[in-house]
Amino acid sequence: MSTFPRRLRELARHRPDGVALQEKRYGIWQPITWSEYHQRVSDFGHGLAELGVGRGEAVAVLGDNRPEWLITELAAQCLGAAVVGVYPTSVGEEIVHILSLAQVRIAVAEDQEQVDKLIRLIDQLPRLETVIYYDPHGLEQYQQPYLKKFTDLEASGRRYGEARPEWLDGQIDQGTPQDVAVICTTSGTTARPKLAQLSHANLLAMADNLTTVDPVKPGHRYVSFLPLAWIGEQMLGVACGLHVGLTLSFPEDAATVRADLREIGPDVMFSPPRIWESMLSEVQVRIDEAGWLKRRVFGWAYDIGDRVAERRVRGQKNGAGLRVAYRLADAVGLRPVRDRLGLARLRRGYTGGAPLSPDVFRFYQAIGINLKQIYGQTEICGIAVVHRDDDVRFATVGRPIPGTELKVSDDGEILLRSPSVLRGYLHNEEATRKAVDSEGWLRTGDAGYLDDGHLVVIDRQADVLSLGDGNRFSAAFIENKLKFSPYVEEAVSFHGDAGITAIVCIDPATVSAWAEREHLSYTTYTDLAGKPEAARLVAEDIWRANQDLPEPIRVRRFVLLHKQLDPDDDEITRTRKVRRNVVAERYASIVEALDTGANTIDVNTTVTYQDGTRVDRLIPLHIVDLSGFAPPTGRRRRPAWSGRP
Amino acid sequence: MITREYRFPLNGSALPPGAPLLEVEGISLRFGGVRALHDVGLTVKQGAIHAVIGPNGAGKSSLLNCVSGLYRPRRGRILLHRDAGPVSLLGRRPHRIARLGVARSFQNIELFRHLTVLENLMLGRHTHMSHALLPALLWYGPARRQEIRQRELVEEVIDLLELAAVRHQPVGTLAYGYQKRVELGRALCMQPAVLLLDEPMAGMNAEEKEDVARYILDVNELRGVTVVLIEHDMDVVMDISHRVTVLDFGELIADGTPADVRTDQRVLDAYLGEEIRATGEAG
Repeated sequence: MSTFPRRLRELARHRPDGVALQEKRYGIWQPITWSEYHQRVSDFGHGLAELGVGRGEAVAVLGDNRPEWLITELAAQCLGAAVVGVYPTSVGEEIVHILSLAQVRIAVAEDQEQVDKLIRLIDQLPRLETVIYYDPHGLEQYQQPYLKKFTDLEASGRRYGEARPEWLDGQIDQGTPQDVAVICTTSGTTARPKLAQLSHANLLAMADNLTTVDPVKPGHRYVSFLPLAWIGEQMLGVACGLHVGLTLSFPEDAATVRADLREIGPDVMFSPPRIWESMLSEVQVRIDEAGWLKRRVFGWAYDIGDRVAERRVRGQKNGAGLRVAYRLADAVGLRPVRDRLGLARLRRGYTGGAPLSPDVFRFYQAIGINLKQIYGQTEICGIAVVHRDDDVRFATVGRPIPGTELKVSDDGEILLRSPSVLRGYLHNEEATRKAVDSEGWLRTGDAGYLDDGHLVVIDRQADVLSLGDGNRFSAAFIENKLKFSPYVEEAVSFHGDAGITAIVCIDPATVSAWAEREHLSYTTYTDLAGKPEAARLVAEDIWRANQDLPEPIRVRRFVLLHKQLDPDDDEITRTRKVRRNVVAERYASIVEALDTGANTIDVNTTVTYQDGTRVDRLIPLHIVDLSGFAPPTGRRRRPAWSGRP
Repeated sequence: MITREYRFPLNGSALPPGAPLLEVEGISLRFGGVRALHDVGLTVKQGAIHAVIGPNGAGKSSLLNCVSGLYRPRRGRILLHRDAGPVSLLGRRPHRIARLGVARSFQNIELFRHLTVLENLMLGRHTHMSHALLPALLWYGPARRQEIRQRELVEEVIDLLELAAVRHQPVGTLAYGYQKRVELGRALCMQPAVLLLDEPMAGMNAEEKEDVARYILDVNELRGVTVVLIEHDMDVVMDISHRVTVLDFGELIADGTPADVRTDQRVLDAYLGEEIRATGEAG
């Protein structure tokens, strides 16, 4: 068993000129080789040592994915310290919570924006001694004595190191796999995030077990565009990256991720359902804007692809006719779409973090992308269960990876045990005891069952509802059915006297494209969501989703919310998981109206204008009742790849 | 190793901050019977954001056109102070003036619509490139090295103005706000001694104006470029300018700090009227 810094040292020795990281600067991908990476980690590590960083400490990083993020992480780990990531979009209270819980003395912040946040919070962070920044633009005039420039610290670290050759290597050798490597925030859909401590052994065991199932080769490409504070990015980008030696590419800017993805052409990729869903929406919009010939060709190719995918995921071989047809379909219809999405070279795509609609799954499989479900939690290094390449079932999350034991408790909770189960929550013994029992089983808090060796996850146990007749069902199951409509961005379902009801947020991209086609004029999101035409459009899709749901859990009534769910309002997490209790509380009046049979409900909203004036406005929301709703007849059912009704 | 610091200065003037950079003295301009400018003078200092404001037809654009050589005033002097000493801009052709370090953007966007953002910005480097015909045709040796070096500077401007996402898109397909930003970028690529901006925020909503104001401040504060700004929007001008010159019917009626101008009676009467008096009291 090794540690991250030891892996880096080995990679720098064996593949000094292999590309470890690359970042677009001056319009060109600028590579950092393994030996350069090692050198910079060693310089910055000495710099941190000068600042007194030592074993057991945590260094915080706030910022987007850049080489400096990983250099900080590895440098801290060289000294036996851990890294704790803060989402770059986090503000105020969240930052204070994480930094004070982890007792952070040294924080590395990306740029002026992140530094400004810390300067504003400095009074609430008495332990914070030094803030190191790596993007100096705009910070030239800052006088705060606790600010330091990343490159300055690297330079002084280099001098420090030259006076002490072999010292850092000694530190690396002293480190044990049991040391805490990364502190990850739990997603916290229910409460304030806890800080999960993951050791080198935890993470490398996970990487070893995952790559046994899904081998990756040194030099395979990986685009690191999701926050490094998230376990998913640490799991593939950092742990698997160092385990096998992947090449990581960092996007130039949040706005260029898609273009960068296409330029790099990753071999492996992991994203939450949100990204896959939005890519599908984009395909739908673009295909609907294409001419009839392209639509027909793609439609034909998709049908072939769908048939092949169905056989592939069951491990069956294709007949000769289908093979020929598939080659043609792939060339004219499927490969161009994969290429457009930047997924032409993708060997494996993973989705995890939340359930992905089986229909979205099927779409990616049909266009020839090997998309598989991952199930795991921050507490078990992000992954415990995954589909095998020849056994992908849309409704399950697959089988446990090697070294992982799985069982379902008597009350239906999924329990996991593996070498990757966390060391414990930071400064929260009680929560640790609740999460991991004396035999090492991790209580996931998720309800599920085993089906033919495959795990099926229902939902968070707390969100699983029992109907009067004893049937159990999950709110997420219903919501995912609704969310497959390209027009639905988020849906939150409720269970009351009127049966199942839902608050639905429309997807502005697809609904505005639809409005344009329909010559429907609108001003803002609120205006668009208030259009009766939009309600009818969504009603049709919900009616269709209802046909796939058992009678007792069909959606009876729904309303289109006047705004999108926003992480700044705590309605949804930064990784885009809905905070059900917050939504239920904030929109209690809407939920009640849905339940009582009212036709409209006025919501009071405060609009803050640019100049700071605030106006209270009453917005009437129209509730749609689906009893007796019948969609217009005589139309073919819309294919998965099209948003056209 | 490439650091994150910018490597190229964008400010083409090495005068100390606060030194007079551009001096306009007593210029007058007539179009037939119309008196566009009468005895107008102002001094732009190194490192400043200097706004020229006034109602429609006050002669703001005419003044800018005189400085950049598009119009020839009847009387007066226009001096640009360079490291080697002052140079008169009067009577010089526009492209000569550009070479001396006076860059400008236009009220109506003047970009090559079918070229990409990158190509438009590279054109801003035109005055700094010299090609021998053959190496340029074959793109080898010095021509190639030169082009790479110019591209590096252009990329720093792209980074500063956050144009990376549209780098390779034809300018004509971009939203108006982006096009204005590209125009600012092209002027900046000339490494100007002084940057003349003709209504950079015209036709924008409040949010877009704030964005542009942010970029102008970045250009001035981070990169030290002196900016002369013609603008209609009072609030933005008062917020970001160090000095304000007010024109009315071709005459200079006030010149001073934003605070001075805000309370100047002639300015209030001539141009700003009741509106600014109200905001002046409130603010």
